[in-house]
Formats: sequence, C-alpha cells, structure tokens
Amino acid sequence: MAGFSLIDGPAVALPQDNIDTDQLIPARFMSVPRKDGYGPYLLHDLRFDAQGAPRPDMPLNRHTDARILVTRRNFGSGSSREAAVYALVDFGIQAVLAPSFGDIFASNAVNNGLLPARLPEDRIEALLTRLGTDSAAMTVDLTDSVIRLGNEVIPFDLDPIWRLKLINGWDDIDMTASHGAAIAAFRAARAKAAPHAMLEATV
Amino acid sequence: MTSHPRTLFAKLWDAHQVLQREDGASLLWVDRHLVHEGSHHAFAKLAERGLPVAEPTLTIGVVDHYAPTRDRDRIGDPDIARMIRTLEDNTARHGIRCFGMRDPRQGIVHVMGPEQGLTLPGLLINCGDSHTSTHGAFGALAFGIGATEVAHVLATQTIWQKRPRTMRITVTGALGPSVTAKDLALSWIAHLGADGARGHAIEYAGPVVQALSMEGRMTLCNLSIEGGARCGMVAPDDVTFAYLQGRPFAPTGADWDRALNDWRALATDDGAEFDREVTLDGAAIAPTVTWGTSPEEALPITANLPDPAKLDGARADQARAAMDYMGLTPGQRIEGTPVDQVFIGSCTNGRIEDLRLAAAVLAGRKARVPGLVSPGSALVKAQAEQEGLDRIFTEAGLEWVASGCSMCVGMNGDLVAPGNRCASSTNRNFKGRQGRGARTHLMSPAMVAAAAVTGTITDVRPLLEGRV
Repeated sequence: MAGFSLIDGPAVALPQDNIDTDQLIPARFMSVPRKDGYGPYLLHDLRFDAQGAPRPDMPLNRHTDARILVTRRNFGSGSSREAAVYALVDFGIQAVLAPSFGDIFASNAVNNGLLPARLPEDRIEALLTRLGTDSAAMTVDLTDSVIRLGNEVIPFDLDPIWRLKLINGWDDIDMTASHGAAIAAFRAARAKAAPHAMLEATV
Repeated sequence: MTSHPRTLFAKLWDAHQVLQREDGASLLWVDRHLVHEGSHHAFAKLAERGLPVAEPTLTIGVVDHYAPTRDRDRIGDPDIARMIRTLEDNTARHGIRCFGMRDPRQGIVHVMGPEQGLTLPGLLINCGDSHTSTHGAFGALAFGIGATEVAHVLATQTIWQKRPRTMRITVTGALGPSVTAKDLALSWIAHLGADGARGHAIEYAGPVVQALSMEGRMTLCNLSIEGGARCGMVAPDDVTFAYLQGRPFAPTGADWDRALNDWRALATDDGAEFDREVTLDGAAIAPTVTWGTSPEEALPITANLPDPAKLDGARADQARAAMDYMGLTPGQRIEGTPVDQVFIGSCTNGRIEDLRLAAAVLAGRKARVPGLVSPGSALVKAQAEQEGLDRIFTEAGLEWVASGCSMCVGMNGDLVAPGNRCASSTNRNFKGRQGRGARTHLMSPAMVAAAAVTGTITDVRPLLEGRV
C-alpha cells in the first residue's frame, strides 16, 4: 500500500450518528470476493430503495466523486467486518471526518489507507451545515494534521502511530518480519511460563 | 518483592508484550486465534503472499456465521455452501483444528470456545469478530480484529496494538428478581452511550458481577463492544475455575494445579488506578429493552420513549430517525408495543442458562407470535434437550433449530421480514441487522419469552414470579 500525506477532493456530508458497519455494508453482500469490488454495496440500503433505485436525496448518490465524508459520532461502530472499509475505499472515499469512530473500524481503516480523522463535535456540526447537500473542495493534510476548506484551516486528531503508518504506507506483516527472533524467544518463554497456553498438535 | 499495583488489564497486557516500538505500538503474543467463515479475506491475503500459518495449533476454526439452522444436509444457497466450504478447506489446508458443520461440538465461536475450555484465564484471544470481548469473562484479554489483522495473526501469531485506557465498572448491591446480565449491560450502555467506553478496556467488578454465573459474565463482557469498549473482563474466581475444570481443552492434573495458582493472581491489585471509574447501583436496574437503532437507545421496561423535541440538534435528529425506522412515536410507553416475532439465541444469550430462564417463562404457556430458538452450540442444544427445554419451546409454539449466529446477523438466511418487529435476545438493533427493514428490540431471553407469551413487549417479572 502506498503512503500519502495529502488528500484533495470533494467532501460531502452525511449528518447521521452511529453509522454502524452493518449499514456501511449489509451482511448479505459479505460473501463477495474482494477483487470483485465492494463500492456498489457502500451504505447500500441508505443509497438504494427496496426496488434498487438510487435515492436522489442521498449525498453519495448526488456526488459519486466524493473523496471525503463528513459525519457524526461513533462512525463505523459495531461489527469488525473490514468489508465496511473496503466499501468506502472501493467507492473512492479516502478520509472520513467524525467526532468518534468505532475502534476496530478505525484500525481497519488505517490498514487500508483510509484516514479516520477526529474533529470536535462543534467543528463537525459547522462543516455539516456548511456542506448541506452540496459538495465542496477540501484538502486533508496529514503532515500538519489539518483540513483546509476555503480559507479555513481546521486541525484534526489522529493517533501519531496511525499518522506515521498512513504517511509511510507501512504494512504490518512486513514490519513484523524484522522481529522474528524476538517472537520466537517470546514463544519459548511463554510455553515455559504458561504451558496451558499451548495446545496439543492436531493429529 | 513489592511492585507498583497493577490492574488485571495491565497484568494481561504485560504478560503478552513481545516488544514496544518507539512510537508506542506494542507487539502482543496471541495465545488463541479463532477463525470463522468471515476469515476468507484473511486467508486470501495470506495466499497472495504465499505465507504459511505460523501456529496452526493455536488457531481454531468454527462454522457459525453462515451455519444453516435447518436442513443442514442440503444447503440450497450456493453462496452459503461456498462460505462454509471455504473455511473447512482453508483450515484443512493449513492443519488447523476446525469445528465444522458436522462436528458435534459446532457452535457460535464465543459459545464453543469457553465450552471446550479453549478459553482460559490469562490468555490473549483474538478473533475476526467484535464479540470476542465475550472471552474476557474468564479473565482473558480478548478483542475483535479486522481481516488485515487476522491475516497478520495467521502469519505471525502476534498483533500490533496501542495500549487502551482502563475503565472499571463497579456494580454495587444486588440485581432484582428476573433482572439479568443483559439488563445490566444495556443499562450501562444507555447511561454512557454506544461510544461511552471507546478506547478503553473495561473491568467489571463489585458484588453484582461476582454473583453472576459464567454465562452471565459472558453476556456482560460480550456487550462491552456495544458500549464502544476494546474489551471487557472479569477477574477469575472460584466460579470461573469450577466452570473450567474438566473441559476438554482445559489443563489437567499437575498442569491444572499450576495454572490455578497462576490464575488466582489475575486480579486488580489494591491501589491500582483506572483511567475512569463508573459505579452503578444493581438494585436500580429494571428489565431493559431497546427502542431505537443503537444499543444506547435502551430504556427500563417501565419507561416511556424520549421526546425528540426536548433533545438538542444531532441527538434530536438521531431519535427522530430511530423512531421513524422503528415505527414508534415520541413519548409512548415501550411496554405493550406489539411484536410480530421473537428470537432467542446468539453469542450474547444462547447459552444453557439463557434457555433455562426463557423456558421458565414459557412453561405451560403458549406463544402468541411465531419465533425461533437457536441454541448457541450443538452441545447447548443437546443439554437443553436432555433437560426437556426443547419441548417447552415447541409446545409453546416456537421453532427449535440448530446452532449458529442465525437471526442475530441473518447471514445464514434466518431473517426478519421488512417492517416486522422482533423481540430478540441478540446484541445489535442496527438498521437492517436482522434483515432489510427489520425492527429489532434487544432484551434478555426471559424478556423475549415474555414478549412471546403476550405478543407485546412485556415486563417479565410478574410472569416469572414463583417460577425461579
């Protein structure tokens, strides 16, 4: 995964609390292989009516070029399904701005190069009001941890570990490969200190 | 030797830390890695890199999310059949123990793991499922992870984590009659919010928690994620040890004695500090039900729905949207709301104690609405049948089916029809969770049974009087 430090693109508002991962990707689409793409299923039941017709009032249907999503608290709560992140990324979303995120979702997001940026609730409410049902050109700058909208420069919060990981495009399996000896030593000590933590091999 | 007083969480974390990077991220050793059908993404990532599974022996597979609850011998839906086959193939290929569709021990991963003694105090347990927090009931450090992390654990048996903050929820006094761990959990989530414990590891403590059975503690820890917590845990005690002794994968003989000695040290030291402390009065908790589309939208059965007009901006929008979806009106009483169907099961409330309590409500009574009872595992099912509980459910008019995640998540085809209202012993009332347009009310299995008996959301307490 390539690292990045700037996201430039249209931002849209989704003024709802608690958009859980079941809404981001309904369970019935989760048997799809990743290579087939998850974009069409993003927020499927919010974007499409029961007959499958797109809802015209839904901002993501009006602005299919959206790159940045502004939304309310507890975004991505619930199920650990990483497919929720695949759906956002495959749709083209590169950053989500919200007052809070589900912990597992945020971690999954960073693992797929999607930025979960935290802003205070009043800042988010101001952005939601400003965007309304339109989109606006926004820049998210990871180096300075700010977003730029018109003349405004608004800081956001991101765990420093995740900031570095996104900027450098680090992959955890690669990172861990260099610690093989430490892991092997730990395993041996663990087996000695807590033999019950190990299991018999299968036959 | 004196040392700095530590929390249970700190002891578990420190015992698993392989190393800490300069930026603060810790690499943790994983003692048990549970995988299910949803792990197909992670196995695919591994295959792409041509990597083996580092510790197949410490990896355990189980079929649960897509497990059909009827007609298992002829699965009609090719997607469901493929998902199950993919897990069974992936585990076979890598030499991983798998509790497959035909295994008499098959069940929901968070029911089967503890039941088999795979879950033990002091272990670090990961699974690509948010309700992995369940296993914390044994004094384990257990948390859900995403597919990229599952691939990482498969490849290395370790996981990178940032140390969460700590929170202790102390529940004083005693729970009232017919009030369960489910009511306690929904009650604290309503109090603190669905993101109230975000970024925290919770330890549940106090006399109410100590008095809970293992089943009750599992329900409580299971729902930690619905309050946003990274994990939940209870210090192991004699209740824990009695549950575990003799389980198939629990240690035996001298190993058991040694383990027990270690496990007794797994408690928060006097004077250890938590980042946050919350105290609840157990006696003040009533049977609790959700009315909205987030677990935080929960109320005592005796209460009325809020009035969005009296809430501020975003909260008012949320309440209006939830009431609109749920077909409820501001200020209405929650009790007496008619339901179309009921569901008893799930990793939250599909254990033997849950079924016993629901059966106590239903014995000699008829359900006014249709419903499904899916035991959390094949062994729970067998136990319930031995106790005659299945007959109580079927004589009441409910359907008794095989074990799996079933109607909690609907992946196996057990769905609630659009617009239908379901009283459910599950964990999520999210929009569309039980099926597109489904309206879910979360409550304890006893409360679900009461809803079945009256056909409406009902206070179970009078119905259980003199029965337990």
